[in-house]
Amino acid sequence: MFARLATKRFLEIRQILLQSPQPSRSLSTALNYHIDSPDNSPDTPWEFSAGNKGRVKEILSHYPSNYKQSAIIPLLDLAQQQHGGWLPVSAMNAVAKVVQVAPIRVYEVATFYSMFNRTKVGKYHLLVCGTTPCMIRGSREIEEALLKHLGVKRNEVTKDGLFSVGEMECMGCCVNAPMITVADYSKGSEGYTYNYYEDITPKRVVEIVEMLRKGEAPPVGTQNPKRIRSGPEGGNTTLLSEPKPPPCRDLDAC
Amino acid sequence: MGFGVLALRASRTSSAINRCFSVSRIFANPSNRHSRSIASTPELRNAEAAAEAPQTQEIHPPRTPLAGARVHFPKPEDAIEVFVDGFPVTIPKGMTVLQACEVAGVDIPRFCYHSRLSIAGNCRMCLVEVEKSPKPVASCAMPALPGMKIKTDTPVAKKAREGVMEFLLMNHPLDCPICDQGGECDLQDQSMAFGSDRGRFTDVKRSVVDKNLGPLVKTVMTRCIQCTRCVRFATEVAGVQDLGMLGRGSGEEIGTYVEKLMTSELSGNVIDICPVGALTSKPFAFKARNWELKATETIDVTDAVGSNIRIDSRGLEVMRIIPRLNEDINEEWISDKTRFCYDGLKRQRLNDPMIRGPDGRFKSVSWRDALAIVAEVALQVKPEEIVGVAGRLSDAESMIALKDFLNRMGSNNVWCEGNGVRPNADLRSGYLLNSSISGLEKADVFLLVGTQPRIEAPMVNARIHKTVRANHAKVGYIGPPTDFNYNCKNLGTGPQTLLEIAEGRHPFCSALLAAKNPAIIVGAGLFERKDKDSILSVIDSIAKLGNVVRPDWNGLNFLLLHAAQAASLDLGLVPESDNSIESAKFLYLMGADDVELDELPSDAFVVYQGHHGDRSVYRANVILPASAFSEKEGTYENTEGCSQQTLPAVPTVGDARDDWKIIRALSEVAGVCLPYDNLAGIRSRISVVAPNLLRVDEREPALIHTDLKPDCQQKMSTEPFSSAVDNFYMTDSITRASKIMAQCSASLLSKK
Repeated sequence: MFARLATKRFLEIRQILLQSPQPSRSLSTALNYHIDSPDNSPDTPWEFSAGNKGRVKEILSHYPSNYKQSAIIPLLDLAQQQHGGWLPVSAMNAVAKVVQVAPIRVYEVATFYSMFNRTKVGKYHLLVCGTTPCMIRGSREIEEALLKHLGVKRNEVTKDGLFSVGEMECMGCCVNAPMITVADYSKGSEGYTYNYYEDITPKRVVEIVEMLRKGEAPPVGTQNPKRIRSGPEGGNTTLLSEPKPPPCRDLDAC
Repeated sequence: MGFGVLALRASRTSSAINRCFSVSRIFANPSNRHSRSIASTPELRNAEAAAEAPQTQEIHPPRTPLAGARVHFPKPEDAIEVFVDGFPVTIPKGMTVLQACEVAGVDIPRFCYHSRLSIAGNCRMCLVEVEKSPKPVASCAMPALPGMKIKTDTPVAKKAREGVMEFLLMNHPLDCPICDQGGECDLQDQSMAFGSDRGRFTDVKRSVVDKNLGPLVKTVMTRCIQCTRCVRFATEVAGVQDLGMLGRGSGEEIGTYVEKLMTSELSGNVIDICPVGALTSKPFAFKARNWELKATETIDVTDAVGSNIRIDSRGLEVMRIIPRLNEDINEEWISDKTRFCYDGLKRQRLNDPMIRGPDGRFKSVSWRDALAIVAEVALQVKPEEIVGVAGRLSDAESMIALKDFLNRMGSNNVWCEGNGVRPNADLRSGYLLNSSISGLEKADVFLLVGTQPRIEAPMVNARIHKTVRANHAKVGYIGPPTDFNYNCKNLGTGPQTLLEIAEGRHPFCSALLAAKNPAIIVGAGLFERKDKDSILSVIDSIAKLGNVVRPDWNGLNFLLLHAAQAASLDLGLVPESDNSIESAKFLYLMGADDVELDELPSDAFVVYQGHHGDRSVYRANVILPASAFSEKEGTYENTEGCSQQTLPAVPTVGDARDDWKIIRALSEVAGVCLPYDNLAGIRSRISVVAPNLLRVDEREPALIHTDLKPDCQQKMSTEPFSSAVDNFYMTDSITRASKIMAQCSASLLSKK
């Protein structure tokens, strides 16, 4: 009897908590199935560019000839860079052809990894880290500022096709949280960059976006001028002297 | 799977306290009653398998291996001993823990594990406790190691499975009342043993978009538990890589990504292997519950393989067809044609004897009148003008009756369609699949001559596919361009290529000569060719060249097309004259719908005896309604020479009668009474002609007499081989009447 009451109460509290507004947090940029559209249909021909054909060969050479399918992930990455940051279904078919597997085996891989975008993204795909340390340091505000500034929703592309905002899980910069990554597809697979901008604030992130829009290259790494890489703000406060050599046992004394 | 008993078994833990709990007493195996709560009583379910299974251990109360689990030791020195719940079991090295438990007679719950598919290990339902292992292990994926102490009924194992079950049910809709799988669902059964009566999950359940896999398989993807059995089946058995696992985490789903129908001739089997109701039969949807159906174990006649099937019927209606296990013929799969042709049994049926009047319209008459007219006409014509043709679906009993009747009328112009002119009925090795269907697995090189096994006999094709996957057998094919679901080299299209191989000029010869067990499969479509004798003699010389026929291996195979063919040749249904149709005045068609009737004289009197108003009915003068294979007891011989019997599942429609009974009655009216009037009598007549037909479920291999064949003087034409079957889904009167088969040919064949 008591247990039932407690459960009931717990559920009530939970319901109240659940009602608090929370945007849906989808990680992937697309559904798990393909819908034909003018720019994404299996009938559109797609091929690796002449320049990338050599890179395809190079990637394939990393793997034994009977395990060609190991090259699916690097090839999909290359195809994504070539195609402006996203993978139409015909690009996946092209990869399947290169590694000689059924297309579905490539679709499986491409849908599994959230870094493969199966819908259009902007030339600059901004990925906000949403994992706990960054979230505590304000990644939600950063995303909000970005979305408000660009006037889009998550995983939506701005009208000029320049920007899109997505969420990413931990990229290992927790010491400089919060951080965003900018995947720059504006220069094709040759000039592709994938840069981290750390220690950002809602104000700074808008500045970065504006610099990118002008074609400038904002300095990568920490955006806090008082920090050097991941060092503490205002210089080191501990471990200032030269480190002592490690203590060694005096074996002769034994 | 029979996990229903597990529910009762779960209650046994409580019976440890209360020993006189009666239910547990009834179900507990008296020999190993002590200490096992999750156990099973296989002998109650599968007495046959239990009897066959070897006695692996003499110590302790002997256990019975489960579900026909057989222990086979390829190398005796590789035997290892493990302990399942304290009982020692000897198993070969390389077996998994789950298989060891099966040998020990312990049923492990499972969803993703399937003995005929690769191991995925992703459902985690088969967790067991292994001594010295820190965590429960997934028994399906863990190899058994010597001395392993496996515990299947400990609190740890039970709790682990309960946890897994709770997670599985988290996103499962629990819509069993409206689910077609209800009553035969693994998840339902196992949740009786490991499920809780309440869930702790209060969030919104996920839902998944349903996929369109074609007219046969209905999908309710929200019910899917991601066991990936269907994905593995499609890839490994059906050989069509259409299905895949898309997304990840809670967004994971089974699908084809791009809109695609499942264009496999075995797609219906995913309905059986799906442990939940995610993939169910579209034609059977919401038609019946499985517990209201009467099951009849019979065999299939839509192709020459004779797949073992179970007809589930309710009242007068066949509700569905599902496969039965037969390791030698169809394993546990059947083709889509076998599974879904059943609605043809209800449509276009002939239910009354009918006579065509002078106005060209049929009029129903009584049996007495119909038989009187037929007998009258038959007695008027000359004996050599009487011709009888048995159809593709004829059983041995009616064929021998037809032959006896015509012989007594003085004619010997009787044959079975599909056998061509002057069929070879003397040497059984000349028309049987001599290496047997399961024997094909031993072959390492296949040469397919004028046969497209994928559409002619999907179960044989599944064996070839299995062999190609297992030991990379090479396949060469001579015939018109066609689809293969395995790696196959198209060597050519006609007899020319055969000659090249026979003369050793073809590159494929090196593969054939290097092969240990080469198999040549000749399609029965060649029997219809005029130059078939010369083609067969070339094939014989290829067989000699490649050493295909040896005392220990007969790899020269003939793949027949129809269920009646092998038995008709065994019974000697060979026409006396080559052009009997052209001179016929009285044509007796016993279900024969594919006979070329253009040459038939216009004044010929045609009797059509059969169950469907199909092609030949248009030319018939009299119609005698007969019963279909689902309504009669009949003997059929499959392409490998194994005779099997059908059993009546439903009563026949209207005034129809068994084929042989009609002929027996007709013979009496015609005054040439046949000397048998029951099934036993007609079978003793068969035993004189072809005793092998009565040895049911037994394969009678052909004796090899290659030297006995006469030399062939015929000239071989260069005309390329043609395909014997145009439309896989429509090959006989039943499938042509089927609406589902029509949908299939409309939606699936146009894609190819």
